[in-house]
Amino acid sequence: MDYSAIFSYMYTEIALVGVTVLALIYDLMAGERGRRHFHSFVCTLMVLFIAGTVVPWHKEAGEIFGGMYVYTPVHGIVKSILATGTLLVFLQAEPWLRREDTRFKRGEFYVLILSTLLGMDFMISAGHFMMFFIGMELASVPMACLVAFDKYKDNSAEAGAKYILSALFASGLMLYGISFLYGTTGTLYFDDMTSRIDGSALQILAMAFFFTGLGFKISLVPFHLWTADTYQGAPTPVTSYLSVISKAAAAFALMVVLIKVFAPMTEYWQALLYIVIVLSITVANLFAIRQKNLKRFLAFSSISQAGYIMLAVISGTPYGMTSLIFYVLVYMVANLAAFGVIATVEQNSGGKVSMDDYNGLYRTNPKLAVIMTLAMFSLAGIPPFAGFFSKFFIFAAAFEQGFHVLVFIALINTVISLYYYLLVVKAMFINPNDSPIAAFKSDGSTRLSLLLCLAGILVLGVVSSVFDGINLYTFGL
Amino acid sequence: MNILSLFPAVPLLMMLGLWLSKTRKQILAVMVTGASLLLGLAVALVFMYLGMRADGQTSEMLLTDSFMWYKPLNIAYSVGVDGISVAMILLSAIIVFTGTFASWKMESGVKEFFIWFCLLSVGVFGFFISVDLFTMFMFYEVALIPMYLLIGVWGTGKKEYSAMKLTLMLMGGSALILIGILGIYFGAGATTMNINEIAGLHNIPLQMQRIWFPIVFIGFGVLGALFPFHTWSPDGHASAPTAVSMLHAGVLMKLGGYGCFRIAMYLLPDAAQELSWIFIILTTISVVYGAFSACVQTDLKYINAYSSVSHCGLVLFAILMMNTTAATGAVLQMLSHGLMTALFFALIGMIYGRTHTRDIRELGGLMKIMPFLSVCYVIAGLANLGLPGLSGFVAEMTIFNGAFMDNDTFHRVVTIVACTSIVITAVYILRLIGKILYGTCTNPEHLKLTDATWDEKLAVVVLIIAIAGLGLFPLWMSDMISESVLPVISHILN
Repeated sequence: MDYSAIFSYMYTEIALVGVTVLALIYDLMAGERGRRHFHSFVCTLMVLFIAGTVVPWHKEAGEIFGGMYVYTPVHGIVKSILATGTLLVFLQAEPWLRREDTRFKRGEFYVLILSTLLGMDFMISAGHFMMFFIGMELASVPMACLVAFDKYKDNSAEAGAKYILSALFASGLMLYGISFLYGTTGTLYFDDMTSRIDGSALQILAMAFFFTGLGFKISLVPFHLWTADTYQGAPTPVTSYLSVISKAAAAFALMVVLIKVFAPMTEYWQALLYIVIVLSITVANLFAIRQKNLKRFLAFSSISQAGYIMLAVISGTPYGMTSLIFYVLVYMVANLAAFGVIATVEQNSGGKVSMDDYNGLYRTNPKLAVIMTLAMFSLAGIPPFAGFFSKFFIFAAAFEQGFHVLVFIALINTVISLYYYLLVVKAMFINPNDSPIAAFKSDGSTRLSLLLCLAGILVLGVVSSVFDGINLYTFGL
Repeated sequence: MNILSLFPAVPLLMMLGLWLSKTRKQILAVMVTGASLLLGLAVALVFMYLGMRADGQTSEMLLTDSFMWYKPLNIAYSVGVDGISVAMILLSAIIVFTGTFASWKMESGVKEFFIWFCLLSVGVFGFFISVDLFTMFMFYEVALIPMYLLIGVWGTGKKEYSAMKLTLMLMGGSALILIGILGIYFGAGATTMNINEIAGLHNIPLQMQRIWFPIVFIGFGVLGALFPFHTWSPDGHASAPTAVSMLHAGVLMKLGGYGCFRIAMYLLPDAAQELSWIFIILTTISVVYGAFSACVQTDLKYINAYSSVSHCGLVLFAILMMNTTAATGAVLQMLSHGLMTALFFALIGMIYGRTHTRDIRELGGLMKIMPFLSVCYVIAGLANLGLPGLSGFVAEMTIFNGAFMDNDTFHRVVTIVACTSIVITAVYILRLIGKILYGTCTNPEHLKLTDATWDEKLAVVVLIIAIAGLGLFPLWMSDMISESVLPVISHILN
């Protein structure tokens, strides 16, 4: 076996393992003085890691371990997007990690997050269902620890329990589905399986189970019941990681498997997705309207955003893939901006996360209020912010394949979503408040991450080169 | 750089300047410089356009420029103007200029107010210069969203309700437009989003046109106050601060009419011919219903808002008649209504700023107290009811003249019905003028009030000059418009 191929195609994962191990060693070796620089150490490593992997190393696809692990340039791009998101989460987590009750667990936080990232990378690159499953588990078990990270807080522990139970249930269903696939096709390799899939009843069932497993991860309706509680209970940086990176990875992996493996059953999974999209967008929107806690609010918003992401999946075209990746990127910066504001307000105001607490925020903290507003506008799809462009592209992707009514339903829902996004804006700008959150200065690391997110919101849409760059690689997946 | 791109670029630079400015003086300096620059540019554009036409340039769009933006969807940033858009750009520049002076006395949050105001004008100018479906739609939405904060923060009355209602209804309309744009683009199998090129292809199947035409027309019609989608307009206008009412009623509502004409009818001509009767009925209802509603209102802004519904309904009514005369009248009406409704809202703002009430039952005898404002109010009223010599007459005359040219019973009947709005307009305008200007002053507090200051006079005089100019010398404008309307109408009819 040619070992140089392993290093040259698995460069992301190998580098990520390196970062994780270095973080682990630093945690063990560094003294009290050195631990103060832990944050900058890990962030520097992440920056180097991203800088090294942002441009795909190979222009052509390749596979190693006999097809267990597949490399294509698109995978490289998605992985670097996920890594960038992780870096932003690290930056936002800093003030929380400096707290008395979490500072000694700092190393665990980094290592656990990096392990989930590694799991997602493997899941994305899988060419074999076992590989896929192992990657997914590697991503979800540390995640449960992260959700329960504030273990002395009741709702954090509750959130952890809810997450692990539903994740296990989802994994179980998925494994069951995979066993059906193995039973009917005799293989677990993606490439070999496609030709043996004939749309028999068992395979439809298998596809549905598989979809259910990933649906839990992406938190699509009707598999979303854990989402709101978990998002509310988990520490805010973990929530933002969960709502963006984990969701993005699962959505991309779902699209790859549906297009590649279940290609002969396209009309079945399109029908399935059709229903799930309509439900996800509509139900989540209706629930989001009534939320008062901003983290729960963003939980429902993220469910409905997941529904929009599925619009790109249902198209099943290379162009749909481009718009999915672009949507995920834009959603990431907007959502992380929103969570960044929530996290810093929570840290500096003694844990205020209710929408009423935000009344009059513009008068005391105008910059944060403006960033939050732009994030909401971007999530709602208002030009000239990036969200408008990404929404337009996924609508175009689905429309091109003839899903006219579906796009119409989604569009009507954007109006509903605009209503609740505007409620946040209304709270900050319009609602009067006798005792608004006092003015405070966020720490440098949070400000840096918010600045990066803001730049993303403003630039990603107007400058077309990012979209073109992604589009360059999605053909011939 | 193309001169057209300056129109959205200048307000963007103004936003930057406002963001950097510290004192109230600096803010106003930025606004006045920018607004005057825009007005100067718009006048220069009119002369440039007329000069190019006089030189014998006959292509449909002049000053075109285009560069590829998003290649996979053939989205380009394409600009170009014809007579219709030149007229609209001139209108917008006048209103932005006068709106700046009308909000001269703004007190709280001046900086933020003007930043959002500039963003609104970026959208408006961008919309009128675009000839690419996507870019046009993008600017359309850019123009809508600042309204929420402008009304919600700086408005009066039940501002939160009005702001949310307005934003959601208009965004609902834009959702319809978006799906319509996708329908047009994919339906035509086009490799471009350029409006003229898609129109040139002329290959959208009739069955698809039947679906997309009503959707796009209603989408833009929401902004054009098409009955029954006009309900955002009275509340929104009544709650908005003065300059925003001016810009919104004066320019933004014209985006609806312009879009209906340029996108819905131009790109989906067969369905437009087939289904126009439905919308003709709806617009006739708008025209008459708006006028009747204005008769019974007691709030000055509500009266003017319903009057806007009636007059904007007339714009849509005229373009649906599908002949050059009526369509020219429609564009003239957009101009004329834009100017006079801006004048109205400016005056109402000034009166409200002094008396702190807009209820006509509490006002009276203002002619003696503030003669300048009152005389201007009379002029605005007379323009509104179509007095010859002012812009309203030219526009309505052209419209009804054109509408009556279709010689089948249906068109004749609706024209006659719509004509009654002229009489009803006279009723509510004269009642209003008689009540608030000439009645006796009941509130002794009002006797102490003062007349207009220089900034208010400037805003009002500029608008009156424009109204009278259009009314006294309509031909240069109507020639420019009808020349550009002709190719669109002949495309729709063939």
